[in-house]
Amino acid sequence: MIYTDNNATTRVADEVIEEMLPYLGQFYGNPSSMYGFADMVNKKVQQARTQVADLINADPGEIIFTACGTESDNAAVNAAISAFPQKKHIITTAVEHPAIRNLCFHLQKNKGYKVTFVPVDKKGRLDLDTLYKAMSDDTAVISVMWANNETGVIFPIAEIAQKAKEKGIWFHTDAVQAAGKIPIDVKAAGVDMLSLSGHKIHAPKGIGVLYIKKGIKFSPFLIGGHQEKGRRGGTENTASIIALGKACELAKAHLPLMDTQVRAIRDYLETRLLEAIPATSVNGDTENRLPNTLSIGFDAVEGESILMLMNQAGICASSGSACTSGSLDPSHVLMAMQVPFKSAHGTIRFSLSHYNTKAEMDTIVQTLIPAIDKLRQISPFWKDGKVV
Amino acid sequence: MWNYSEKVMEHFLKPRNVGELEGANAIGETGSLSCGDALKLYLKVDENERIIDASFMTFGCASAVASSSALTEIIKGMTLDDAAKITNDDIADYLGGLPKEKMHCSVMGQAALKKAIANFRGIQILEKPGDMVCECFDVTDLEIIDAVKNNGLENTEDVTNYLKAGGGCGKCLDRIEEIVHKTMASMETSSAAD
Repeated sequence: MIYTDNNATTRVADEVIEEMLPYLGQFYGNPSSMYGFADMVNKKVQQARTQVADLINADPGEIIFTACGTESDNAAVNAAISAFPQKKHIITTAVEHPAIRNLCFHLQKNKGYKVTFVPVDKKGRLDLDTLYKAMSDDTAVISVMWANNETGVIFPIAEIAQKAKEKGIWFHTDAVQAAGKIPIDVKAAGVDMLSLSGHKIHAPKGIGVLYIKKGIKFSPFLIGGHQEKGRRGGTENTASIIALGKACELAKAHLPLMDTQVRAIRDYLETRLLEAIPATSVNGDTENRLPNTLSIGFDAVEGESILMLMNQAGICASSGSACTSGSLDPSHVLMAMQVPFKSAHGTIRFSLSHYNTKAEMDTIVQTLIPAIDKLRQISPFWKDGKVV
Repeated sequence: MWNYSEKVMEHFLKPRNVGELEGANAIGETGSLSCGDALKLYLKVDENERIIDASFMTFGCASAVASSSALTEIIKGMTLDDAAKITNDDIADYLGGLPKEKMHCSVMGQAALKKAIANFRGIQILEKPGDMVCECFDVTDLEIIDAVKNNGLENTEDVTNYLKAGGGCGKCLDRIEEIVHKTMASMETSSAAD
């Protein structure tokens, strides 16, 4: 199998499994209990908190463990609208993950909020002018993803956070895709809240993080026990927290690898595909892009068919056409970028990790050349080597 | 991942009757690049109105390719009158069933066949009766009512799965919901009268 769908989820690192296993097994104490058997677990949880904080240059006290990136996103927006109940406006982007996008639709439809969805240009870059003009005294929160999951396009988070700060508006960023792929420094960027997800950085599924800057008045999303200093009730998912700590430590160590090895392999795949297959185009701003992501459109063929043919060869990737997800329109990200239909429906996202090799990229290219050719042979929109 | 039958996968990986058909005297086209799927059906019909050959070209997902392939296999050798009776369910049944989200692929097959037959007989398919509901996928209220009545559709999601209506910009979803409710209510009234 060749796994190139790391923006969907990642393989749990062997070192991470090794670190967490004892805490699934013999060390099952509740970190809140008053005896040594529990306190040793508590100490490991606090160590993990420090490891997570180190990855994003936060203080350990600013880290809250959650169940997933979606919970972190919901908790962040919820905290802001609870802190400013009189403010009824939210700013986000047209290309957010459903965890923010659908939450905003919900607040708009059912809770009387006005939401500005900041558009992007054809390369997926934010229209900052629109964003800044939308800021007002009525704005409760601005939520902008650090990097886009489909195209890998990176947004100017520090700049937006600064503008938000000048206006006194809370700024949240969904950094689920950026973490572990590019350096993140919450202090330098000046963000108020930030979401992370464990399973995107080689930890297990079911563990997330919400960073809350010291001094931010946080209203808990899950109300219960005193865990996480009363900011998130529920007995700690100890084994997964410990796993996430290790994964963050590894992610930090692997950042240079992402920038060199992974980027080089991704660029190699991109170049080879563009050379070998006509009428192919890359989606997104290639100057400002995660080093592991490639969104590439093949004209006149449909994404699910490509995925099925790749699956026959044991290659895992995602498509940008939503035919795979049940609805029929291309993804909201590609539509917001006004990617033409002829290539939007035939868009495939490859997202790599440091486990991938150059030889695997050769296999992908060798598989895709005949696969795209086969689909174009039967496509009514392809004739004599071009789109009709 | 879709739960495709073995027959769907087989027809996708080895589609029958692919490509333009030399000597075709009837062509039916449906769908478009923007829709995400499209089918061009070619028929060769003899003087007794019998389909002696059929082929297709399809842009779309695995089930769209398989549905097109199945359609050409089903109709080869049929008279036009018999072929006109083929429904989307016949295509889905031939393939051992389709996931309900993919039923529109078989509907596309039926639509292209209808157009090809009309093309052969020189019938101009006039503008569709009824009011336009979904502009993205060119679906009218009458088509939705028809689909609800004949296919047991119960909500907007079902309608999108069958007719694609509402699957594009989504502006018409409220209108579709209204039509589904009204149609189901009228069906209940009429069955109660029985």
